[in-house]
Amino acid sequence: MERRYTAFATVASYGHACYGRHMSTWIPDATAPRSTWFLRGVRAAFSLPGLILISSFIGFAALAKDAGVTATHAAFMAATVWALPSMVVLVGAITSGAALPAAMFAVTLSAIRLMPMVMALVPEMRAGKTRQWVLYLLAHFVAVTSWVLAMERLKRIPPDMRTTYYAGLGGTLVMTNIIVVTAVFAVADALPSAISAALLMLTPMYFLTSLWGSARERAGHVAMVLGLVLGPVFHIVLPEIDLLVAGLIGGTAAYGWHLWRRKVREA
Amino acid sequence: MSYFSNGAWWWPYLFILVAGFAATDVWRFLGVYLGDKLSEDSDLLVLVRTMATALVAAVIGNLIVFPGGALAHTSLGLRIAAAALGFVAYLASGRRMVVGIVTAELLLLAGLYLKF
Repeated sequence: MERRYTAFATVASYGHACYGRHMSTWIPDATAPRSTWFLRGVRAAFSLPGLILISSFIGFAALAKDAGVTATHAAFMAATVWALPSMVVLVGAITSGAALPAAMFAVTLSAIRLMPMVMALVPEMRAGKTRQWVLYLLAHFVAVTSWVLAMERLKRIPPDMRTTYYAGLGGTLVMTNIIVVTAVFAVADALPSAISAALLMLTPMYFLTSLWGSARERAGHVAMVLGLVLGPVFHIVLPEIDLLVAGLIGGTAAYGWHLWRRKVREA
Repeated sequence: MSYFSNGAWWWPYLFILVAGFAATDVWRFLGVYLGDKLSEDSDLLVLVRTMATALVAAVIGNLIVFPGGALAHTSLGLRIAAAALGFVAYLASGRRMVVGIVTAELLLLAGLYLKF
């Protein structure tokens, strides 16, 4: 363990050499205080994935406003739900006039993907003396963007500073996007209709690309194509439970394809 | 029982807390609890992931085919073409999301400008 830690510290000090130049005094990484690691987490939020996330929250705000949700409620949604696919499903359920249990069921189904993501992140984040409640608290920040950034960067952070770093990263992403949502509500009415149309196009494009990229197995791509087609079909046939039915049928069919492929490969 | 069915100030908050917050954080908490107890490759998780993916994809499909607001005034052909070509650009650029998103947006705006 001791040797591994030294290796991390060495890599980290190389990785962060450029930060030192901007500070008045050079702080060796192994002894850098907790606040420094928190601020580095904050800084990691302002990266390309972070900017793409902001653009898709602009799209979400346009979508929520269009559905009749107020700015306060949309900001509340961003803070408490904090997972764009689930927020978009929630707004979709609100638009279609779904009852609370149906909305909850659809969002629950859309959020299942968070569980394996958290399961993969926890071992990366945990150091020997990390308290359990800290992990439960930080788990709320887990969504595609912060997860991708964390899985890529936590390896280079000293183990006992990882929760601090992730708190800085996740907290900044949430706060920034709450501000973004509120700001979009304030200016949305003044925008020309072509710009509003372009903003509403951001969300589907963000998911179209990020969902394809995050699929772990080929079955995920099959599920995606099926869902794209089944969604609009069931929107006509079974408008109030369209998402649920498309998810259950498309997902089961893709899983069947997955099993069939494995059988063929083994044979 | 729908979002707009009750005029009380607290109803939207309750709706979001139950259908949004509880419905998502239950999985996050379960993820911490299960930690490394469950294998990521287990068949149950594959099924869970394909269902979740199909559901979110259904949302995407609906957002493109049956959009709201200003996007509803554009033609279906333009939206599908912009999204499809944006997706092709994303694949061709080695899965760079920015390329896919920017391509689709530019095509949509160009289409609107040319009144497709």
